[in-house]
Amino acid sequence: MSGVDLGMPTFPDAAHRAVRDAQLRHNLGRATSTIRNKRAAVVDELDDWEQLRASGAAIKAHTLSRLDTYLERFESAVTAAGGTVHWARDAAEANRIVTELVRETGETEAVKVKSMATQEIGLNEALASAGISAWETDLAELIVQLDEDRPSHILVPAIHRNRSEIREIFRREMSGSGAPAPADLTDDPVQLAEAARHHLREKFLRANVAISGANFAVAETGSLVVVESEGNGRMCLTMPDNLISVVGIEKLVPSWRDLEVFLQLLPRSSTGERMNPYTSVLSGVTEEDGPSNFHVVLLDNGRSEALADEVGSQALRCIRCSACLNVCPVYERAGGHAYGSVYPGPIGAVLTPQLYGVESEDTASLPYASTLCGACYDVCPVAIEIPELLVHLRHRTTRERKGWFDRLTGTAMRGLGWVFGDSKRLGRAQRIASLGGRLFGRRGIGRLPWPMSRWTDARDAPAPASESFRQWWERNRTGSGDER
Amino acid sequence: MRVALFATCLGDTLFPGAVRATLRVLERLGCTVDFPPGQTCCGQMHTNTGYHEQAVPAVRSFVTAFEGYDHVVAPSGSCVGSIRHQHDIVAERSGDRKLSEAVDRVSPHVYELSEFLVDVLGVTDVGSYFPHRVTYHPTCHSLRMLRVGDKPRRLLSEVRGIRLLELPEAEQCCGFGGTFALKNPDVSVAMGADKTRHVRETGAEVLCASDSSCLMHLGGLLDRQREGIRTMHLAEILAGTEEDR
Ligand code: SF4
Repeated sequence: MSGVDLGMPTFPDAAHRAVRDAQLRHNLGRATSTIRNKRAAVVDELDDWEQLRASGAAIKAHTLSRLDTYLERFESAVTAAGGTVHWARDAAEANRIVTELVRETGETEAVKVKSMATQEIGLNEALASAGISAWETDLAELIVQLDEDRPSHILVPAIHRNRSEIREIFRREMSGSGAPAPADLTDDPVQLAEAARHHLREKFLRANVAISGANFAVAETGSLVVVESEGNGRMCLTMPDNLISVVGIEKLVPSWRDLEVFLQLLPRSSTGERMNPYTSVLSGVTEEDGPSNFHVVLLDNGRSEALADEVGSQALRCIRCSACLNVCPVYERAGGHAYGSVYPGPIGAVLTPQLYGVESEDTASLPYASTLCGACYDVCPVAIEIPELLVHLRHRTTRERKGWFDRLTGTAMRGLGWVFGDSKRLGRAQRIASLGGRLFGRRGIGRLPWPMSRWTDARDAPAPASESFRQWWERNRTGSGDER
Repeated sequence: MRVALFATCLGDTLFPGAVRATLRVLERLGCTVDFPPGQTCCGQMHTNTGYHEQAVPAVRSFVTAFEGYDHVVAPSGSCVGSIRHQHDIVAERSGDRKLSEAVDRVSPHVYELSEFLVDVLGVTDVGSYFPHRVTYHPTCHSLRMLRVGDKPRRLLSEVRGIRLLELPEAEQCCGFGGTFALKNPDVSVAMGADKTRHVRETGAEVLCASDSSCLMHLGGLLDRQREGIRTMHLAEILAGTEEDR
């Protein structure tokens, strides 16, 4: 699936606004630094973290290299256990399948477990247009849904909101879709959680359809694994009669044993906990327990294409822990919305262009939304070399994009490349620059016109030296004395 | 010991003082220093911006200039990182087998200054004197591409007269990021502003780093803020001796 225009502003434009939002920067700075420190502390506890990380990377890489085999194995295991597997090539197909499945139950409501895959395909919106209400039950996801906002973080979709903003959203919006918030609600976290519990309970008791994703799908046994902190996911997975899970094809692991590695890597990387409070495993249907009607929709949506790219395929190892977001200095300033995608931060900057192509301005701007500082790679529990991937995708971008600005940059880069190909050309360029340097003296250069204003609006620029090192060396060390 | 000096395009053109300082330190420690005149640039700006084909001439000129040297030293963690981790990618993409082989021969001999001093020459006290309050920013590529660890700080802590001040959140990126500073100026400046705020909090007179590029960005911000905090390359601090006073 390529060439989809997400209709978003480019990253620099969106970030331009976000950086000026002092409240947002404050909320984000606080939240990410807290979770960053928690993660660092629990990771430091494990002597074998690097081995675990290497195992995680190896298991995923292996699975991806034989994905067709494992997918088939998964399908037969699910079928044998009384479930049904559906294959969806893209978002439209997945949405159609899920809508149809809900319709078959005769229900017009569903409760949802927090899921990136369903966000990726815009499932809630698709269901809404078919007259089906899908209620998010994850606390942060609920906040975002009530506010008709967009998630800005993989793990904490409402990370851009603080407590008092959440209280306002609850007071304003809860009554529109069920149990209202108490009139005297304060911004005390316990009270906020209690209000959410009340609001959600009503929905759990009523619901007969649940929609989920999965953190892992075990090929050997056809099991889905859902990892969460609040227990609301477990309510959805066990109470309603009908369960529909939308699962990206890269979520597979070969065997039950492999979970051991990931159940250590994931909670430590994502919430900074040694173990997450709830891990639910669902293997087909069992009489008198859990859903009696169970469907898995296996979602491709650009993944096969990403898999075919030798360098790019490693992005599919991602277990969506969000550690890379929390350490990313760019994410911390720009916020998740600036990425214009459900996958923000460093992983979004590599995954989104791979899933949707680089034809549109907004996805093409994402590989450049990084300083290549490498902090993301250092924390990634499956050792995805995000900086290398970013550079790889930038290369793809320069080849595929043909707009006037891209051509202008290409010409400039070719020119500079030509200069750097020969020291005599570089020497001549330096002599011209040093003329400018003499003009400015040794002071820094103040404001310059576009495009250099992008530098000098906030920073002085250094004046070129009146004598390059090369000239100095020739004058002092070679005796040949180039005095021009 | 015979050493080839790689000035880097930025050092050569904009910050020759840092290159001369590198030369001084190396010669003071008894090295015989060559400046291969055919050198130009490591090609990092092209590579990182995605122009891999256009980086080929720079990579070619680099290996041609430095082939045969046992030790190549550059005052830039970033450029050395690019040489070590990207030259092979650029060469391989170009399809030129000879270039790939030359890259494989040359890259292992290239060192960032602090690596060369500590790992190869085995010194941390290089006889320097610098009686000022200094804080050190460990730039991302030195830290995460080269893993230089605390080598620059060990060198600095041996400098006589220096007062080394701890930089809060030192390991966070300064926001330069090559063309990132132009493509995403708002985020770049926001990151740099946080970094310079931390620098001010230390009470340092001098901000030191081993990368002229990051110093150019932070120095540009500090100059605009008119706080009187200077930026200096690690080599420039190490170059000073008591006799210079
Ligand atoms: S890329 Fe790595 S760090 Fe980022 S969300 Fe995925 S697994 Fe986590």
